[in-house]
Amino acid sequence: MSFFDRVLGRNRKSASDAKERLKLVLIHDRTDLTPGKLDSLKDELIAVISRYVEIDPLGLNIQVEHNGREQRLIADIPLKQTGRKRPR
Amino acid sequence: MAAKVITITSGKGGVGKTTATANLAVALASMGDKVVCIDADIGLRNLDVVLGLENRIVYDLVDIVEGRCRLRQAMIRDKRLSDLYLIPAAQTRDKTAVSPNDMVRLCNELRPDYHFILIDSPAGIERGFRNSIAPSDSVVVITNPEVSAVRDADRIIGLVEAEEKGPAQLIINRLKPEMVKRGDMLAIDDVLELLAVDLLGIVPEDDQVLMAGNRGNPVAFDSKGLAGQAFRNIARRLKGEQVPFIDLAKNDGLFGRITRIFRPGGY
Repeated sequence: MSFFDRVLGRNRKSASDAKERLKLVLIHDRTDLTPGKLDSLKDELIAVISRYVEIDPLGLNIQVEHNGREQRLIADIPLKQTGRKRPR
Repeated sequence: MAAKVITITSGKGGVGKTTATANLAVALASMGDKVVCIDADIGLRNLDVVLGLENRIVYDLVDIVEGRCRLRQAMIRDKRLSDLYLIPAAQTRDKTAVSPNDMVRLCNELRPDYHFILIDSPAGIERGFRNSIAPSDSVVVITNPEVSAVRDADRIIGLVEAEEKGPAQLIINRLKPEMVKRGDMLAIDDVLELLAVDLLGIVPEDDQVLMAGNRGNPVAFDSKGLAGQAFRNIARRLKGEQVPFIDLAKNDGLFGRITRIFRPGGY
């Protein structure tokens, strides 16, 4: 590997690339949830939840997590600060 | 005797289903088990040539199913191992010539007289695959440490679970320890983490497999070769023996660990 490759961060081994790519591909294969579908799911979730409570749409994070062959959808939705002080 | 029916499948073609079926059948039969292997790849049969039995075919799987011969008439007995039999696939028909029920009936007829029935599944997830897993008691999925084969293995493992034939067990075939060592091939742990299945065996890349194929004389006949020894270890695991894998606690690098597994009589 040349000095320039190292400086430019091109020292990743191809097996790590394979693993990272497979991780994503398998999530989509197993759930039939494409990145596009996940995006529209996100948009609709924001719209629905916003009808009830004010949320921070930029902080919203949706992920597919897996434990063995079991998968679950995890949504982390930060609420907007209302400015009200917590009673002591 | 009540044979155990084991289906060898992969999703992707060319990863080594037929080679594995032939070698596991040879290994089991040479340990004294009575083994029948069935080529379910109708239209693209190859188990006969890999086993070196292509010149002895008279009847095939479709002849049995359509009643042109009795089951025993289509079974080719290996001359090298008298406990090894092959039921060849038909070459001029397609997968629809046999149904999943036909396969179940055929295996039930064989079960009382043998220890193992190995079914060599065709590639794909269609009729041939469903024919192959219908009678199986356990499913072995073969993959290679490469992106497309692992992806297809995942799909097959999911389908096997959906058919309630799981959990599937995995064989990683054609592993090159030196490529893994320099980070250019998926390691065993990577594949197992991605697929979340139990490992049945690891078969290293070995030129002798191709040479054995040239002669129709599977490497499991010769216990000295790396791949031959690997297949014999897998056969022992199929018989319920505990044959140790890599000692992951040992810190002597992957190559050392892998070579250690394939030492005859040992790992």
